[in-house]
Amino acid sequence: MNQLQNFSKGFFKENPVFVLLLGMCPTLGVTSSAINGLGMGLATTFVLVMSNVVISAVKNFIPAKVKIPSFIVIIASLVTVVELVMQAYLPALYKSLGIFIPLIVVNCIVLGRAEAFASKNTVLTSTMDGLGMGLGFSMALTMLGSAREFLGSGRLFGITIFPEDYGMLLFVLAPGAFIVLGYLIALIRRLRKA
Amino acid sequence: MDYFIIIISAIFVNNIVLSQFLGICPFLGVSKKISTAVGMTGAVTFVMVIATIVTYLIQMYILVPFDLMYLQTIFFILVIAALVQLVEIILKKVSPALYQALGVFLPLITTNCAILGVAILTVQKEFNLLEGVVFAISNAIGFGLALVIFAGLREHLDLINVPKGLKGTPIALIVAGILAMAFMGFSGLV
Repeated sequence: MNQLQNFSKGFFKENPVFVLLLGMCPTLGVTSSAINGLGMGLATTFVLVMSNVVISAVKNFIPAKVKIPSFIVIIASLVTVVELVMQAYLPALYKSLGIFIPLIVVNCIVLGRAEAFASKNTVLTSTMDGLGMGLGFSMALTMLGSAREFLGSGRLFGITIFPEDYGMLLFVLAPGAFIVLGYLIALIRRLRKA
Repeated sequence: MDYFIIIISAIFVNNIVLSQFLGICPFLGVSKKISTAVGMTGAVTFVMVIATIVTYLIQMYILVPFDLMYLQTIFFILVIAALVQLVEIILKKVSPALYQALGVFLPLITTNCAILGVAILTVQKEFNLLEGVVFAISNAIGFGLALVIFAGLREHLDLINVPKGLKGTPIALIVAGILAMAFMGFSGLV
């Protein structure tokens, strides 16, 4: 498999949210608006790329017995970096993402890629994989966030498309997250078959 | 009275799965049968309560006095990972029967964000230790309630003729959405 395929598989063929069904908590929890979805996606992408780079670089020095704990420490350190940077430079986004930023640590995508991919591949390949998976995740979150924001409040990235009074508030609230994601997964399946 | 509010709010009003979106992976993953849902709930309750107590003590007696708050995420996740291993080893020796029942679910719990989530929320909400324990137990009950109801619905869903494109995960998510809508009926209770 060449590097381009490694990069592009995260978007469609092996999209972490729509196909692999990983990382559902942030997917449902923070996508009440498109910008929140995008912010969460990019934060996760950073952690994913960096953890893939670090883990693929040090994989030969880690004894097999403490593999998973070591991975968790590396990931947790990166998440702490993201947390501190966001708190300093993007306080509004930090506040609206809330508890889901520290919870990037337990996002199954990050540990999953570390274990299944980075611990077996070279640094360059792992970087491409992390970037593709991360951006695929961001794309899914932005799509879900846009759909919910549009249906719920008539806006897209904060720009009013139709008056808020006509919006269906339900889609911004918790049930809307489940329902919109259900239909999006069905749609992606249909497109994959075609 | 305060404890009563914590309990009702955690189980019904701010249900950890259906309105806080924590622990969605096991919610979707092990909800195909009621029996596995009950087993998972047992394991989660067990680990959640112990993890909340231990992380609370670490926060109060190590992180705050030494001004190491920024290490919270790293400390908490390591403690939980170690704790899960420890619980597994102890359970195997002390109560093989319980280990048989919960064993398969224990390794999955390290990456269950509900555990880390409740530990962090307990600290954020500035509960004392007893309130934290009550909060953890009620959240575990809320998790179990959502999981068992959802498992029951999914067992019925297997027998129903669903449109082809929606089979499997999509229809399960839509049903979860309707379940979340039902739980919204509790809002305003507290």
